[in-house]
Amino acid sequence: MNTGVPQAGGADPQRCDRTGSAAQALPPQPCALLAVRELSVTYRVAYRRGHALLRAVNGVSFELARGETLGLVGESGSGKSTIARALLRLVPAESGVASFHGTDLLKLSGARLQAMRRHLQLIFQDPLASLDPRMNIGDILGEPLRVFEPQLSGQQRLQRVLAMTRAVGLGAEQLHRFAHELSGGQAQRIGIARALIIEPELIVCDEPLSALDVSIKSQIGNLLKDLQRQLQLSLLFISHDLAAVRFSCDRVLVLYLGRVMEIAGCDTLFKACRHPYTRALIRAAPIPDPVAARARRSAPLEGEIPSPLFAPSGCVFRTRCPMAIDRCAREIPLLRQVGDSQVACHRAEEVGD
Amino acid sequence: MTAGPPLRIRGLSVRYPSDHGQIEAVRDIDLDVAAGEFLGIVGESGSGKTQLLLSILGLSAPRAELCGSIRYREQELLDLGSAALNQVRGNRISMVFQDPMTALNPYLRVGRQITEVLRVHRDATARAAERRAIEMLESVHIPEGPRRMRQYPHELSGGMRQRVMIAMALIAEPEILLADEPSTALDVTVQAQILSLFQELRARTGTAIVLVTHDLGVIAEVADRVAVMYAGRIVEQAPVHGLFAHPRHPYTEALQQSIPRIDAPRPTHLASIGGAPPNPAALPAGCAFAPRCIYRLPICEAVTPPLIETTAGHWKACHHDGALGKLRGEAA
Repeated sequence: MNTGVPQAGGADPQRCDRTGSAAQALPPQPCALLAVRELSVTYRVAYRRGHALLRAVNGVSFELARGETLGLVGESGSGKSTIARALLRLVPAESGVASFHGTDLLKLSGARLQAMRRHLQLIFQDPLASLDPRMNIGDILGEPLRVFEPQLSGQQRLQRVLAMTRAVGLGAEQLHRFAHELSGGQAQRIGIARALIIEPELIVCDEPLSALDVSIKSQIGNLLKDLQRQLQLSLLFISHDLAAVRFSCDRVLVLYLGRVMEIAGCDTLFKACRHPYTRALIRAAPIPDPVAARARRSAPLEGEIPSPLFAPSGCVFRTRCPMAIDRCAREIPLLRQVGDSQVACHRAEEVGD
Repeated sequence: MTAGPPLRIRGLSVRYPSDHGQIEAVRDIDLDVAAGEFLGIVGESGSGKTQLLLSILGLSAPRAELCGSIRYREQELLDLGSAALNQVRGNRISMVFQDPMTALNPYLRVGRQITEVLRVHRDATARAAERRAIEMLESVHIPEGPRRMRQYPHELSGGMRQRVMIAMALIAEPEILLADEPSTALDVTVQAQILSLFQELRARTGTAIVLVTHDLGVIAEVADRVAVMYAGRIVEQAPVHGLFAHPRHPYTEALQQSIPRIDAPRPTHLASIGGAPPNPAALPAGCAFAPRCIYRLPICEAVTPPLIETTAGHWKACHHDGALGKLRGEAA
């Protein structure tokens, strides 16, 4: 029990009443469950005849409050999944601090890391690929309990599994089935149940809706939101789908080439974003209404996200930015407060929407 | 001389055997593609939309059994042998696939793959083909054509590869371009670029485009006319504005209501339809959507509703005749 972490559940002294939706971009929040400071992750990649260092995440800082859903958005290669993997210790961080209940996640090892894992769970994009094809659903859901709560009797474990199965909207008859017998939506419900069954506090959802069919997406989106509220979970919600992020998240962090471009409350971000990259992402998101879609026609952002091996000097976005000036090539813009956003752009004041 | 739509599909069904029994992937489809139009086909996975496109080009699985008719101008495509079909595909009707990395040959330089189309269909000399390929790259907004021609697919970014696919598909100036989820694997910003490229090329060349997608948002951005597919059938077909303003099929309504939007008030709950799309090897009798439909009538489980024209150009296959509008998300 010497984990330095209070047990999950009911009466937690650090619990605070800061509800997600009212939480806009405030300065450092005293009741953050997770505080990430200057996180950098570097991969060694083969390049030409030798190796090169690829900085996938570069000095990223953010907080996540209890009961809050924070969206991580950006194009592929922006570093959103790498941040999540570094926090879960699936890839090593190069530098930075990730303080979770006052413990630095990035410094844990051995038994303490193992004990910490029960508080941090992951929901994957591909629900079928993330379930063991040779275990039945009951065993898949029971396994986290066997590992983290070995004191439970078989009967107690079954009770927990049944309760969790019901909580994600499935019946007990599913427990004897195998992953390949489930539909995509059912499999994702099991993926969610498996992540939640040991009552973690922080859940990373890596594109949890992207692989699902349109008519299933809304079911799972609603389910995640309901569970998040009921259980006061803190979610890191990684997605490239801005509309899904807007539906699911309280605050949004916009990434480009491993750097934070903007952090803002969801309503602020979609009404009055302050970064030209955020604006471009919002304008590129399709609107399922031909009148609205065709009324806003604007030239799409040109080019594609460059390789992090050759990140531009100054502001990394400047090579695609319609507002770039000389200063952008010389000076890296710092994250600063403009209106209700924290934004890293020299010309943020001029971005109006 | 040839009035009417260049492509006419009538009563098309595509069946093939699978481990789980006979699968009818496409069921009794009637569809026209008019000259120069932008037709969107929307459906979920397993709705048969890809099988429909593949059957037009004779690319269905070898064991597939096709019946009905696919007429391109005077020719019945289903009767053509592969030599005659090769005169049509890549030439008069061409295709862009979802994943350009698997559709391009990784061993051949980009230039070789683009010029091959002209050498096969136009008997062009190497030099003429190369000149035309560089022009084509320019028209899909790939700069430095001569250098790109010497590169291999893996040296290009995802968006660039999809542009190469589009250049290949359009270089023979086809009358119809089929595109299967051409922007799904791309980032949103690149998707927007590719969609605007399709519109630009259509306006310039007059090529009709048939775009298959699961994303109603993509349809709303670019299509003139929409066909909605469910379990192998077209359940609704209409001009894009009519379809979005007044969907007549409960499935279309459900699709439309269940996607979150970035431009409307944020709901606390999305509207959602229960259940999942049916197993194509075990389709229910009657309307395949009936088990999930909130407007279901007794007749729906017995009789498959025919696709009928309700107002000019707006077709639906549904027994329910009253108004829709019961399905809504919960407001915040």
